[in-house]
Amino acid sequence: MKLYDVTELAIRNLRESILRNSLTTVGISVGVASLVAMLSLGIGLQQLADRRLAKSGLFDTVVVTSRREMRNFGRDTENGPSPTESPSLDEPARQQIEKLANVSEAYPEIRFVTELRYEDKPQLSMVAGLPSSARSNDAFDGMQGKFFSSDSAPEAILQKSFAAQLLGVKPKPGSDDVNLADVAKPLLGKELVMNYAERTATPSTGTASDTSGYSVVSRQQSLKIVGVCELDPDSMRGQARARVFIPLQLAQTLHVMQPSDLRDTTNVVGGKPTYTALQVHVKSPKYIQSVEDAIKKMGFNTFSIVDATKNIRQFFAVLDLFLGIFGSLALAVASIGIINTLVMAILERRREIGIMKAIGASDSDVRGLFFAEAAGMGVLGGALGVALGWTIGRVINIGTNIYLKRQHFPPEQIWFVPWWLVFGAIAFAIVVSLLSGLYPAGRAARMDPVQALRYE
Amino acid sequence: MSNGSAPNPAIAIRTENVHRHYQMGDSVIRAVDGISLHINAGEFIALLGTSGSGKSSLLNLIAGLDRPTSGSVVVQDRDLAKLSRQELAKYRLKSVGMVFQSFNLIPSMNLIENVELPLRFAELDRSKRENICREALNRVGLSGRLKHRPTELSGGEQQRAALARALINQPQVLLADEPTGNLDSHTGTEIMNLIRECNESLRMTVVMVTHEHALAERYAKRMIFLADGKLASSAAVPAPGVEQGGAH
Repeated sequence: MKLYDVTELAIRNLRESILRNSLTTVGISVGVASLVAMLSLGIGLQQLADRRLAKSGLFDTVVVTSRREMRNFGRDTENGPSPTESPSLDEPARQQIEKLANVSEAYPEIRFVTELRYEDKPQLSMVAGLPSSARSNDAFDGMQGKFFSSDSAPEAILQKSFAAQLLGVKPKPGSDDVNLADVAKPLLGKELVMNYAERTATPSTGTASDTSGYSVVSRQQSLKIVGVCELDPDSMRGQARARVFIPLQLAQTLHVMQPSDLRDTTNVVGGKPTYTALQVHVKSPKYIQSVEDAIKKMGFNTFSIVDATKNIRQFFAVLDLFLGIFGSLALAVASIGIINTLVMAILERRREIGIMKAIGASDSDVRGLFFAEAAGMGVLGGALGVALGWTIGRVINIGTNIYLKRQHFPPEQIWFVPWWLVFGAIAFAIVVSLLSGLYPAGRAARMDPVQALRYE
Repeated sequence: MSNGSAPNPAIAIRTENVHRHYQMGDSVIRAVDGISLHINAGEFIALLGTSGSGKSSLLNLIAGLDRPTSGSVVVQDRDLAKLSRQELAKYRLKSVGMVFQSFNLIPSMNLIENVELPLRFAELDRSKRENICREALNRVGLSGRLKHRPTELSGGEQQRAALARALINQPQVLLADEPTGNLDSHTGTEIMNLIRECNESLRMTVVMVTHEHALAERYAKRMIFLADGKLASSAAVPAPGVEQGGAH
């Protein structure tokens, strides 16, 4: 039989027992829906975790230090050049690292402890330079005020606890924390004066030996408070965390005296300033290892939290697998429904099969017809199931977001149906249906026409 | 009857010592028990016998619906016992047409769809099918009943549709199993006239199973009597003049 004849006859047969076939199709669609809902939830959660990790900036960052530094984070230094032969971490090195494959940016880490005056009251704090790319960091989610207007603007973002300290606000009794909006309101737009030590090069005397000479001058920089943020954007630093942030380029132009400067004076590496550390952002956490290896080859120390992402990915792979298995269980039950429906159809249509064989239908014609009916239920059930699964996921998402809103959290997409899942689920439903049709179709094809015609 | 085994174009159907045994529990039923017969092309044969004499079983063997336990059934020089399932299906589709006592139309399909079914199996183009089916139903006088379902028709009309379906692929052999068994005598005569027309104008070989001696005598050219699965006797029907005088 030609394909369109098989299709036409299968559709006509499906319509004949509309109730039973519809119920079977609904069974398949419930199975597919549970599969789609489970997997889309798994995928959505994984994407959410990926987004949060990417925004945290922890898992796509490599910290680069010179081997001359003591700060090697306890990592091995056996490979590569010895500390004394190691290249210095200066601007050419930064540019070289930035040009490596899959590196999105490399910027110097500038942090220093200095005095800040607010309404003439001095406060001591760690100040850090922030690149404009940090704007998307999740630490700035829900920040009061706004991010720096430019990379060199004389502006500052304060961490909540520092803001509270400036105002002398203490957490309310019974609460561990101060309210962000309460401390931000009086501070936004106000001025903060930073006193710092600038390192300036001494005028050259013409001799080669004094190229490393510099002098230290006390300077003042007034900063406008533009934002107050809830979390510590620098939580990776542990005890060295900064509580005041200024634009990175501004920090660079200030030439604030760095702790490493003193060491350089004794080491005598040349007149050029070197960086204490570089922050290297890679395009995706999966490139961390290759970038780290490349930087190590250049003779620097590196540090990253790559192992953590590996574990998280593994967790989601297992989660997806389990969700998929649970989803498939419903589809397995549905496939028994298909077998039952088709076996019933064979018994019911025994005489019809006999007639068809008597007038010339081959085994493959009969088998094809039953297969087409199974596939028809699979296609319909699959499509309905995807729609149902999509709706379930959407409802879950809306429900979750209502809950998140009540808890004062920003809305999140915890559920995602990619196109491959849509087509994959329909294809899976068809495959399951065809497998379920295997036995009934074979049985119908093998039916003895004389016996079948005798059946009333 | 001749016992010669050389191919003879004049012989349409030949069975050689054909057996069909069924196992029923511990006992063996010998439905067909060593029948050898030759049927010439264009002949109209009536297979007669009492119930259980094996006439329908023999017809099923000739129709390729069943396979012999031993012996051979050769139809148009093809030994059906040696054909594969696929080849046997093709044989049923193209070489023989069959009508049954209970009509065997598919109740969920209307007449034109029922008649169209063998053309679907023969993979004929959809565009050509409708005309062929209309003509076939027209020939049996059912042009006004194309879209009716079998249950909406009388027995005679159903049998005429079944006949149209049996002839749709232009087979050389028409096999009829008690074609008038479920019909009154008037409608039975109508059906028998149609079958005779196929035999006479289309030169089709017709093998009809019946237990009505009078009917066989009136339409068949030769009567073959079976008893207990064996050939009992064979007799040529007298000339047409005598036939007309036969009671019905």
